[in-house]
Amino acid sequence: MSQPIRVLVAKPGLDGHDRGAKIIARALRDAGMEVIYTGLRQTPEMIVSAAMQEDVQVIGLSILSGAHNAIVLRLMQLLREKEMTGVMVILGGIIPDEDAVQLKQQGVAAVFQPGSSLEEIVHFIRERAGQPSGQTAT
Amino acid sequence: MTHTTISGTPIEPFYTPESLPGFQLGQPGEFPYTRGIHAGMYRDRLWTVRQFSGFATPEQTNQRYRYLLAQGQTGLSVAFDLPTLMGYDADHVLAEGEVGKCGAPVSSLADVEALFAGIPLDKVTVSMTINSPASILWAMYLVAAEKQGADWAKISGTLQNDILKEYIAQKEYIFPPRPSMRLVTDTIEFATRHIPRFNPISISGYHIREAGSTALQELAFTLRDGLEYIDWAIERGLKIDEFAPRLSFFFNSHSDFFEEIAKFRAARKLWATILQERYGAKDERSLKLRFHSQTAGCSLTWQQPANNIVRTALQAMAAVLGGTQSLHTNSLDEAYALPSEHAATIALRTQQVIAYESGVANEVDPLGGSFFVERLTLDMEEGARNYIRQIDEMGGMIAAIERGFPQSEIAAASYRYQCEVEAGERVIVGVNGFAGKEAEQPIEILQIAQTAREAQCAKLKKLRAERDGARVERSLNSLRRACDGRENTMPPIIEAVRAYATLGEICDALRSVFGTYREQSIL
Repeated sequence: MSQPIRVLVAKPGLDGHDRGAKIIARALRDAGMEVIYTGLRQTPEMIVSAAMQEDVQVIGLSILSGAHNAIVLRLMQLLREKEMTGVMVILGGIIPDEDAVQLKQQGVAAVFQPGSSLEEIVHFIRERAGQPSGQTAT
Repeated sequence: MTHTTISGTPIEPFYTPESLPGFQLGQPGEFPYTRGIHAGMYRDRLWTVRQFSGFATPEQTNQRYRYLLAQGQTGLSVAFDLPTLMGYDADHVLAEGEVGKCGAPVSSLADVEALFAGIPLDKVTVSMTINSPASILWAMYLVAAEKQGADWAKISGTLQNDILKEYIAQKEYIFPPRPSMRLVTDTIEFATRHIPRFNPISISGYHIREAGSTALQELAFTLRDGLEYIDWAIERGLKIDEFAPRLSFFFNSHSDFFEEIAKFRAARKLWATILQERYGAKDERSLKLRFHSQTAGCSLTWQQPANNIVRTALQAMAAVLGGTQSLHTNSLDEAYALPSEHAATIALRTQQVIAYESGVANEVDPLGGSFFVERLTLDMEEGARNYIRQIDEMGGMIAAIERGFPQSEIAAASYRYQCEVEAGERVIVGVNGFAGKEAEQPIEILQIAQTAREAQCAKLKKLRAERDGARVERSLNSLRRACDGRENTMPPIIEAVRAYATLGEICDALRSVFGTYREQSIL
């Protein structure tokens, strides 16, 4: 049997609304993945360092506050600096379409907007985990 | 389709008098107020139309307030951005990307003055959604009102100031629970002595529900939070009937129409009964649970956003049939962004259609006596009493929070609901049912420019250069001393605000004495 996929679920920024992050963490765990949840108010630096220490293939970010552009840009930059582009970054939250397009250009593998199903997210991670973010932009 | 409420309570096909053995129902305006806190309800006075609003800068928010008042809104409700809610100034490193995004940024008295420029604070009542730094924002409000010439004895409004639900649900806490409770108690004491018409707290179930709780959990945890605040105020030396009349509440009005109405009715009955039983409250104003309600943000969908107007109208109707004192209706575009002016206007008009066209305001508690609604009300009451007993046995709400009890109950309910949606057992129109292929009209989205932060930072720089730095230092030192001791922190906070100490500076003074809180994450 293959190793389970390791996922870091992270809540960056000042936003404390963690309903979505917690549901995703539980659903990924129920789908057989190993899930590490960072808790609230993580800076991009803290998230990248946790991803390195925990040796995850996937970082899942949950942002509902509208601060996604600044935060994700910084995170992707840090991943490149640390040569961690093999880690796939996915994002969920209140993300307008035009921002989603830009964020994907920055290397985010997928943006899950409100109403996305858990099944869809689990499926995406299973299909894509382990591939470098830059090659999975759709 | 399953026949249960959204919260999972099974529903019989119909109810009869036998469903209500020994049932008694008082009159509207009479104990235990199940039917409403006033005899005439909306026949005498409509609910307050109070739309929650704030974005970009204090100046832009002020424009929106003037617009909403001109359109017939009857009260104001301030949304602050995340740096403000977390006690950081706009120029703090953690404010990067967040300024003006979720509400109006306020870093000092100058911002509050700009927020209410040209709005007479002795005539309009203002609600402020602020929690951890509530006493600081309240101090800014009081000083701004005073500068307009308003009399503190006459101004009225509401401070959310409900820190317990932050640990339980919304997670915008700064300090650990006990010093936070001291700050809340300071505001309750200060209001009781000096600002008698202000509600120093709005005990809130809204955020508990948005975090995924059931209606029952929302009701039970909120009322139990209320009892915790009472216990602290009594410990401080206040008498129940001195401060209980100014405790106010805030509930979510969600999609399950009858369950919501039952929740509001049960809330009134429980509060009146418990205040009499536990505390011997005698003043009827102590016993009357007054509440604001807001339609359920978490029920709004990204798909087919125009449907959100319909959802919101139904939820608003439930709040009105449940006897709310004030109401916020959400805008159709809130799964995308903060509301555009167009969307905010439709939300306002929705309340006006209910108030002036539907006829529901003609009758007090029109569903009173319905076998179904009365049964649901009794079930809510019984379920809430069970939860309250459990939390009492744990040693109160702070002890329950420390062991993660309400948090894990809510997380379990939230996951269960999402799994039901995934399985198709709960249909959400446009999402997992009737998704259709109809072309979506693109909707207008409110954009918050990056320049909002730059503008706020420039104002702060100027303020720091022009104010009396020595006075700021002195005021912060005496605040730290007050925090170390036992005196009420409101007077030194007010003095720091007058000196134009910033929100971040005042919060740092509090942090240096109280420390900060980190939760144990519960999945």
